[in-house]
Formats: sequence, structure tokens, C-alpha cells
Amino acid sequence: MELAAFYFFSALAIGSGIFILLTRNLMYAAFALFLALLGVAALFVLSGADFLAVTQLMVYVGGILVLLIFGIMLTRTPEKTNAAEVPNRVLISAKRQIWGVLVSGSLFLVLLITIFNATFTLNSQETLSSRSTIRTLGVELMTSHLLPFEIAGIILLVALVGATYLALNRNPS
Amino acid sequence: MQNVIPLYHFLIVAAALFSIGLAVVVTKRNIIGMLIGLELMLNAVNLNLVGFSRHDSVLLRGQLFALFVIVVAAAEVTVALAIVLRVYHHYGSIDPDDMNQLKQ
Repeated sequence: MELAAFYFFSALAIGSGIFILLTRNLMYAAFALFLALLGVAALFVLSGADFLAVTQLMVYVGGILVLLIFGIMLTRTPEKTNAAEVPNRVLISAKRQIWGVLVSGSLFLVLLITIFNATFTLNSQETLSSRSTIRTLGVELMTSHLLPFEIAGIILLVALVGATYLALNRNPS
Repeated sequence: MQNVIPLYHFLIVAAALFSIGLAVVVTKRNIIGMLIGLELMLNAVNLNLVGFSRHDSVLLRGQLFALFVIVVAAAEVTVALAIVLRVYHHYGSIDPDDMNQLKQ
């Protein structure tokens, strides 16, 4: 049962990724990214990371995806209809796609070979209890990972202020 | 509780997602499309971290690291979109092939 759910959600994530790769419409790509993030969040739940799954949904779907859709709508460019004036357009894009598939396919092969050849010395007793991970995460964040936590907060603040400053319209007109 | 999903399944799914994200980054002729590919790659890395974190159930260090990855991804997307807006005002398009000068 658990394995069937795992296969379903991983197929959802990978299928949405392939749809992002194949589609030419950016809006469809953003909505397919939503499905992929949903699948990855479900895989987090199946792996026992409940808090991380909720964080993934809130941050990615509530923040990053909305930002991406705003970006897509603000930078919509009209399609170039006169293809005769742009020489070698088809040739360039086909070359790029060939390189993309080649590079990513070879990387996937290398990763698969590495995974099947690796022998991980894992902690064999998997005591994944049904209790929530929130308590452990909170205690760890506030004790032994306090400095990275504060630095992450400062990074978020600086990134938000910097993004607002960058996106300011400095045009005097 | 006996968990039935082996670790290799997570690793293979994460490898597939990472490769698809890399293909999207290389293939798309649009900065926002490349950003979408970057998000897929970051998610694949998170999936690896969470899969390994199952074997560290006392401290959950993998999940902590994945949390920080999510935070940094959020910061990166906000700054990248601000830069994309500036680039669009300057060049009139967000095709990376069109950006061929640095001066105003």
C-alpha cells in the first residue's frame, strides 16, 4: 500500500517534470511545477518528514510559485511571428535541445551507476516512530543549529530588501 | 514500524528529477523557465536529504539541512525575479540570447 502510494506520487512528480520539459507555454510549466512540488511533498510525508512537507507546500506553493506566475505575467513577450527575419532560429533551438537531452541523459546514467554501485553503511535499525518530527526539529534548531538559523533569517531579510530595491522603477519618466 | 520503501527508490526518483531539471535549465529559452528547472533540481536534492534522514531518526540532521535549502531557495527566487524584471525593462525580452551587453 505504502509502496503503491510511493510509485503514484513519484510518477506524478516525474511526469510533471517531463511535461515542464516538453511544453512551450510557461504558464502550463508553472502549473506543472505545482503538481511536481505536490508530488515531492507527498514523498516527504512517505519518508516521515511531515513538518518539511507542510513547509514545502507553504513556501513553494504559497510563495515561490505565486512569485513565478507574477514574473511570467509581467514579462510576457509577444511571439515572434515572422520567422523569416530571424535566421537559423530553428537550427539553434534544436541544437540546444539536443545538448540538453544529451547532458541530462548522461548525468542520469552516471547517477544511476553511482547509486547501484554504492553500498551505504546505514543505521540498520530504522526507528521511524509515528510521532511528529516538529519537536526534534525545533529543539535542534534552537540548540545546536542556532547560528545557521540566525544566518538564514538575516539572509531572508537581506534578500527581501535587496529584491525590493532592485525591482524599484528608477525611471524618472 | 517497519518501513517498506527502500532507500534506493528515493535516490532514483531524486536522480530522475535532477536530470529533468538540468534538461529544463539547458533547453528553455527563457530565464523564468530556467528558474523553474532550478526549483526542480533543488527539490531533487531535498528528496535525497530527506531519504537519508530517515536513518538518522534521533537528530534528523538531513531534514534540518533540507529546511535551510528551502529557505535559501526562497531568497534566491525573490532576488532572481527582481533581476529578471530589471532585465526585461532594459532589453524588452528575457531571452538569455538577447542579453549581450553590460552597459546602460
